[in-house]
Amino acid sequence: MDKLIVSSSPHLRSGTSTTKLMLDVIIALVPAAIASIVIFGPRALLIIGVCVVTCVLSEYVCRKVMKRENTIGDLSAVVTGMLLAFNLPVGIHPLMAAFGGIVAIVVVKQMFGGIGQNFVNPALTARIVLMSSFPSPMSTWAQPFYYLQGSADAMTTASPLGILKEGSGAEIPGYLDLFLGNNAGCLGETCSLALILGGIYLVVRKVIHPAVPLTYLAVVAAISAIAGRDVLTELLTGGLMLGAIFMATDYTTTPITLKGRIIFAAGCGILTMLIRMFGSLPEGVSFSIILMNILVPYIEKLSRPKPFGSAAKGKERVKG
Amino acid sequence: MELTFPTKPYRTHGGAAVPHHKNTAQAESLVMPVPERVVLPMQQHVGAPCTPLVKKGDQVFVGQKIAESTAFVSAPIHASVSGTVAGMEKVMLPGGQVTDGIVIESDGQMTPWAELHPPKVDTLEEFVDAVRESGLVGLGGAGFPAHVKLRVPPEKNVDTLIVNVAECEPYITADHREALENSEAVLDGVYTIKKLLGLERVIIAVEDNKPDVIKVLREIADNQEMDPKDQVRILPLHARYPQGAEKVLVQACTDRKIPAGKLPADVGCIVMNITSVAFLSRYLKTGMPLVKKRVTIDGSAVKNPANVIVPIGTKIADVIAFLGGYREEPRKILMGGPMMGLAVTSDELPILKQNNGILAFTEKDARLMKPTDCIRCGKCVANCPMLLVPTMLEKYAERQDVEALNDYAVMTCMECGTCAYNCPAGRPLVQSIRLGKSYVKKAGGKK
Repeated sequence: MDKLIVSSSPHLRSGTSTTKLMLDVIIALVPAAIASIVIFGPRALLIIGVCVVTCVLSEYVCRKVMKRENTIGDLSAVVTGMLLAFNLPVGIHPLMAAFGGIVAIVVVKQMFGGIGQNFVNPALTARIVLMSSFPSPMSTWAQPFYYLQGSADAMTTASPLGILKEGSGAEIPGYLDLFLGNNAGCLGETCSLALILGGIYLVVRKVIHPAVPLTYLAVVAAISAIAGRDVLTELLTGGLMLGAIFMATDYTTTPITLKGRIIFAAGCGILTMLIRMFGSLPEGVSFSIILMNILVPYIEKLSRPKPFGSAAKGKERVKG
Repeated sequence: MELTFPTKPYRTHGGAAVPHHKNTAQAESLVMPVPERVVLPMQQHVGAPCTPLVKKGDQVFVGQKIAESTAFVSAPIHASVSGTVAGMEKVMLPGGQVTDGIVIESDGQMTPWAELHPPKVDTLEEFVDAVRESGLVGLGGAGFPAHVKLRVPPEKNVDTLIVNVAECEPYITADHREALENSEAVLDGVYTIKKLLGLERVIIAVEDNKPDVIKVLREIADNQEMDPKDQVRILPLHARYPQGAEKVLVQACTDRKIPAGKLPADVGCIVMNITSVAFLSRYLKTGMPLVKKRVTIDGSAVKNPANVIVPIGTKIADVIAFLGGYREEPRKILMGGPMMGLAVTSDELPILKQNNGILAFTEKDARLMKPTDCIRCGKCVANCPMLLVPTMLEKYAERQDVEALNDYAVMTCMECGTCAYNCPAGRPLVQSIRLGKSYVKKAGGKK
């Protein structure tokens, strides 16, 4: 008989894997990707492609240079690439998008140790870096379906939250247009319907817990109702759906317990509304999630489960 | 306080929906023919090892005590076949410790020891002493000497006996078959223990993936004559691993929580495995100590999975050969179930008292996924029945940070494996936690 394998129990695994989870997230992002291509034309596909390729390549090169085992097979870089693209305006130069991909993977993810180690969301941090580096292209919004109108240059317009912030009096698209994504904004954030479909898929596949995005959305709704703002417009505009479903539920950068994740989501909701109401920027989803990312260790301390049968402090242990 | 009987189990936390693989549940147990030799290790229980009472060349008979210890937490060992003591042999137990084993060459006669007689058990004290003499250890797998469990100080106010028929480990059906094949003995044992301990509530807890067991035991338990006050009842449990773990089981049956580091008796409960209960019933009638055991032989490398009743000390290889051998070269052999069982180094090892299953797996099933980095998905935290944070325990174990390990209650972990089972990164969480526990013990235990 060959040597038997001796290993520690358990000797059985459920069959889940990081790759399978990431694949589920990619599948959940597909409806929003299709919506972005429909709304913003083939250029959306180009931007998504550039971001995904840059992220995967960056990860590959990074691991190679660091002489570590390659991890592109876990598909997390693909997810980061898609999410980054979803956070960019369609008119952005592909090189800028590629720069964002490099920042997300090299600076935010790999320099902190790779998957599971980054303390802020790579795609969102890259978006913020791009916003500071290229403020104008990052806030130039193309009109939906501009590509069908035969013009070579994208006709630009204001995003609904921009209109709200500036109080210019321009018309905000109706609820149905907001819900279907027929409004200006980043690639993947405008079509709430597609994002919600993806969210339902993730909940069904038990990748995310529904309480997290629902808490985020509920807090935003509650604050805007109290503040006398239009609740549905607040919910359906900006990066809220994308952030609540795909970013505030990121495993690595949110607390590890469900209780902690709900606190996290509530915090995101409060910060989002504070920025929308009092900040100088029209939108606050990215910043609120990043700020909450930084608070994760503290939330985790607050939300640690109480071990089974744990006694009050000071009780001595009885030998079993 | 009036004791109530739950009609459905109380809520317990976490766990995993492991596959059942109860392939051998419907087949009658086979009886192993007398093996040529048996090896009886001096340590087949939690506690102090035994010292041999026989020497090379001695004639021994089935049921004869051949080793014992004066330590309180220990259990004597009896000859499982009749024959001649061939000497001593070093045996490496699945835990890695090396112990002496008494080798008996069988004469094939299985002659019972002439001095066996039913023990006199009129009082609880006599009963507990008799249990010690029987060599009984917890047959669910842990191997805790049964008499220690039963010797409860009166101030503990034990009021409930829980008979554990959860058998939540995949593959294992030894208790399932015991319940079906010896249901009368089970109930007889229950009534005896109930009477001697003066208990008013007996809950026989069965996972609901064994409807046949629930039906059979219910028929016998609803016995007006034996149980006029209806104090013995069956409780179907949700078939969710690890329902059979002592702390989880006590909570599911009584809604009482065993404090960390304490025993079921501290919340008024005694938990006994069904096979232990049935054994005690037979032992009190015949005086025959624990010399044989029903073991589930299964796994992808085994040709004909079955339950086999074997003399304790029979080589694993002999039992598998009796069942027609391996289907394929085994690459991993487990004592116990796949969730908590121990991988052994060789099939030359003898079957121990507390073994309820031997599983042999082929190359494909023996290899586990390669661990990747933790992605903080939180599945280990969400599903831990003991409400621990396994991923943090793993990190602190790697850093050998005893203070943090204690702070995160590492000693509360019962190593059920739910965390590692669910881990998408394939982290060896239980292994790290075991290491963490050893650091805590080395540093002088929990402060």
